[in-house]
Amino acid sequence: MAVSLLPPPPDPQFVLRGTQSAVNALHFSGGTQAQGCPLLFSGSQNGLIHIWSLQTRRAVATLDGHGGQSVTWLQMLPQSPQLLSQGRDLRLCLWDLAEGRNAVVDSVCLESVGFCRSSVLGVGQARWMLAVPGKGIDEVQILEMPSKTSVCTLKPEADAKPGMPMCLGLWQAESSPRPFLLAGYENGSVALWDVWERKVCSHVSCHEEPVMGLDFDSQKARGVSGSAGKALAVWSLDGQQALQVCSTHQLTNPGISDVTIRPDHKILATAGWDHRIRVFHWRTMKPLAVLAFHSASVHCVAFATNGLLAAGSKDQRISVWSLYQRM
Amino acid sequence: MDPVLSAVRLTVREAIHTLSSSEDIDLILSTLGFLKRYLGETEDPALPEEQEEFATVHFSAFLRCLVNKLSPVWLELSPDGQLEELWDSFFLKGPADQAFLVLMEAFEGTVGPSFCLMKMAQLLANFLSQSRMAALMEEQCRPQKKPGFPLLQETLLNKVVGLPDHLGNCLQQDNLALFFPQNYFRLLGEEVVRVLQGIVDALRGGLDCSVSFLSQVLGKICIQGRQKEILGVLVPRLTVLTQESCLWQRVCWRLMEQVPDRTMEAVLTGLVVAAPGPEVLSRLLGNLVVKSKKAQFVMTQKLLFLKYQHTTSMLQSLLGYLALDSQRRPLLIQALKELLETWGSSSAVRHAPLAQQHYLSAAILVCLAHVGEPELRDSRDELLASMMAGVKCHLDSSLHTVRRLGMIVAEVVSSRIHCEGPHLKFQYEDDELSRELLALATPWTAGSSTLEADDDEFIPYDMSGDKELKSSKAPLYIRDCIEVLTSSEDMERWEAALQALENLVCRSPEATREVSVELAKVLLHLEERTCVSGFEGLRQRALVAVTVMDPAHVAEYLTSQFYALNYSLRQRMDILDVLTLAAQELSRPGHLKRDPQQVSCGSGSQRLPALASCQPDHSTGSGWRAVVEERIRSKTRRFSKGFPRQELASGPNEFNSVAGYFFFPLIQHFDRPLVTFDLLGEDQLVLGRLIHTLGALMYLAVNTTVAVSMGKALLEFVWALRFHVDIYVRRGLLSAVSSILLSVPADRLLADLSDELLEARSWLADVAEKDVDEDCRKQAVRTLLLLERLKDKFLPLTH
Repeated sequence: MAVSLLPPPPDPQFVLRGTQSAVNALHFSGGTQAQGCPLLFSGSQNGLIHIWSLQTRRAVATLDGHGGQSVTWLQMLPQSPQLLSQGRDLRLCLWDLAEGRNAVVDSVCLESVGFCRSSVLGVGQARWMLAVPGKGIDEVQILEMPSKTSVCTLKPEADAKPGMPMCLGLWQAESSPRPFLLAGYENGSVALWDVWERKVCSHVSCHEEPVMGLDFDSQKARGVSGSAGKALAVWSLDGQQALQVCSTHQLTNPGISDVTIRPDHKILATAGWDHRIRVFHWRTMKPLAVLAFHSASVHCVAFATNGLLAAGSKDQRISVWSLYQRM
Repeated sequence: MDPVLSAVRLTVREAIHTLSSSEDIDLILSTLGFLKRYLGETEDPALPEEQEEFATVHFSAFLRCLVNKLSPVWLELSPDGQLEELWDSFFLKGPADQAFLVLMEAFEGTVGPSFCLMKMAQLLANFLSQSRMAALMEEQCRPQKKPGFPLLQETLLNKVVGLPDHLGNCLQQDNLALFFPQNYFRLLGEEVVRVLQGIVDALRGGLDCSVSFLSQVLGKICIQGRQKEILGVLVPRLTVLTQESCLWQRVCWRLMEQVPDRTMEAVLTGLVVAAPGPEVLSRLLGNLVVKSKKAQFVMTQKLLFLKYQHTTSMLQSLLGYLALDSQRRPLLIQALKELLETWGSSSAVRHAPLAQQHYLSAAILVCLAHVGEPELRDSRDELLASMMAGVKCHLDSSLHTVRRLGMIVAEVVSSRIHCEGPHLKFQYEDDELSRELLALATPWTAGSSTLEADDDEFIPYDMSGDKELKSSKAPLYIRDCIEVLTSSEDMERWEAALQALENLVCRSPEATREVSVELAKVLLHLEERTCVSGFEGLRQRALVAVTVMDPAHVAEYLTSQFYALNYSLRQRMDILDVLTLAAQELSRPGHLKRDPQQVSCGSGSQRLPALASCQPDHSTGSGWRAVVEERIRSKTRRFSKGFPRQELASGPNEFNSVAGYFFFPLIQHFDRPLVTFDLLGEDQLVLGRLIHTLGALMYLAVNTTVAVSMGKALLEFVWALRFHVDIYVRRGLLSAVSSILLSVPADRLLADLSDELLEARSWLADVAEKDVDEDCRKQAVRTLLLLERLKDKFLPLTH
């Protein structure tokens, strides 16, 4: 009575414990040569940021800079050993991690108390662009860093009423230096902003519920978004910068808190409120695996450049998985 | 007489005389050298008419004389080997047919290993390796000048094909590898290709040739069962050669057409198996199947309806070949009609072996892949009628595989003949068999792989555990559960109650006993209200748990319901399954000390192994059967080792006190038909399940006091049904007999049941020999072995 010919779902390669609080944000260090072995950063509900060595599988350092308020977003800056962290204390901290240092070198004050994660884009030598939720309830603010100059505020037209921005993604086509911002809104729509022109190029209503996470593959001009609802939406961008829905994928249980495409654009992973991590084939959107390990909502998923997958959950654990890792 | 010819005769006679009398080596050498002129191989050859005369009249006689002279002493006359060389050359250069015949004749006349024998074997090996066999066959293909050849040809044919046998007999241990059939026939294959090449060249040069001798050789080799060797060489070579030239194709077709009817079947079977695909077959055979009645019979009847050991790729070649040419297509349609007719005949479904039914189904699907829409439209009514008859008798079968074959074939047939409208759709599991069969039915297009290699590395993992999360609270008491299951409108609560039930029952035996029959009734009548995944399994496990907690009452209730009015067959079969599983649970030593931890995870996605066998198996209920058979097998081994049941954990069999409640009510009423339920008539599937259940109960009643009377009742029951037409029923009867042999103590068996056992034994022997079903035959043999062991065990006691 062979029930299934498919292999059973794998177990995590290892599990990181010890944050003592729900894990909200994860980020792999881009494998900077200076630091040798890759690191994993985790941000938790209790305001601490842990730096994990993937070799010893232990926390090598703990950063405390958000006054006990939940850390919601972590991101290494491109080409410098600096880490950005966003906290619910309305501060965005810039940490210098070079040569074992771990001090806040700069911080930006935020004006929104929402859950929207920021986004960053390198735009040239030591300059980068930062998108953060703005002061107005439906606004996104663009800053130029490290000077912290406010470049512009992206405010939807008065009659659009998309609600709060819930997730942001800055990107730039390889051919042109023009930066674009993809923003998922509370009403379930995803909008494409042309940052220079400060206007919406196009938007598409792909969910019934608020968009909770999105990721974009600029090579294929295709992106994916997950919402509080039961579906995952794949949309694409045509030559005229117009968004259109390619397909939607029904999930067994509602609620996706994060979605990430692997750096090699082969697979993507979602973090589910149903405690499960789902893995899909990115080109065909064929479901590949449902990883049931956590005992509470999964809050975030992240891929390392070598393909390693990490997921952080409300159950205070971080699971690390090795799936389809032939790179 | 022509002076030239008489001169030749005189020379030969003198030479023979010299050879037989003279020991003078120079004289011998010069005589032989002179005669060699007649072979035309020297600088000073004899006149053509002299050569002709020598070859046709004197050559054989002269060769015989040479063979007679052969001895070590004689050859030693010329120490430098000149004589030996000359001696050989007459055989290798002269007319090949005569040389070959004389040599073979010489082998027959020689006895035992000797120098001469080995020398001739060596010579024959040279003969073969110098392609003289090709020369021999080529000679037979030339237009013959003189009459009277058929007899000679016949002899040659026999000798050429029978060479490995002759040589094997003569040389015994000293046989040369070249003469082994596996080598010789491959060589002959090469030679045939060489001769065909010669024929093609001759035809190009405007000469007439006949391939009839080659056809006969081919036919004779094939009928001896050496298709693999000869065709293994011929088919690949001819595949290549016929691709390039029409002349080759025509020669090839002619070769096949000339194969005698007697051997046509062997040749065609070998060819269809060896051909890599329909295109090749079509090139090699042409329209043979239209021209030759025998070929048509073999291809459209014998290989489709009578033989069934071939692979599906052979079916694809064969039916593809029929589809490739417009002249042959009517045969394909005809074959499809006949195949479907046979498929739809209830007698065939009941009596044909499973392997044949599978083969037939595959043939139908392959046919459908080749047949076009217009052709189907023409014979739609006929096909539809056969199909509907077939669906009925396949679905009626109690064998799972037969039912599934029926579903798959009917689905494909109906989708093809009603391509515009709705067609039949069945639910069957998607496994290797069904996928393989469905793949056969996809229309024939060469090379249609669109999958990118890229996707190969992304094999999905098993995602069956991806279920909806439940939030609703499950009831904590059994009475609450019953209430929710009977009256709740809250579906989530209903599901949760169903899922929690088994645990609750196991945790609280006392509370269960108070309401056991009521609970069993609720569960038995429970209908699937929502799409709960694994509903059947949950219900079954709960029912089993209840039965285990209060066996006497619940078993009494369930067995009474089995023969009651107004139940569906499904429910009746559920009752049987539950009884078996509960009995299994009860008879397992220490079942009550089950680890509660394990029980609780039993309801989750991963079940513990013991419960895994309780999963509902809609098909055959083979779960517990597998368990029983596995046990029977392990038992059998222990018997032979002489350690009866030593390894089992000891403990009272709790089935002991209640086995009667399970068994006797079930066996009593089987022959009394109800309005809605007739075990001996239409409902033979349930009868089969009933028998399997009784057998399992019998087996589980091992070491109980009631086993003897159970065994007696069961043997009578088996006796009454032993000639049942249904295979599944017969399998059940056989396993029931095995159970009796295993469960009833040996001395009681021989004391109380010896007559019945004798009768059973002759019946078993009959089944083992004659039953159409392979499983039945095997099972009967196994049971007979058990019976034998029993006898062995008992005999020492009597002495």
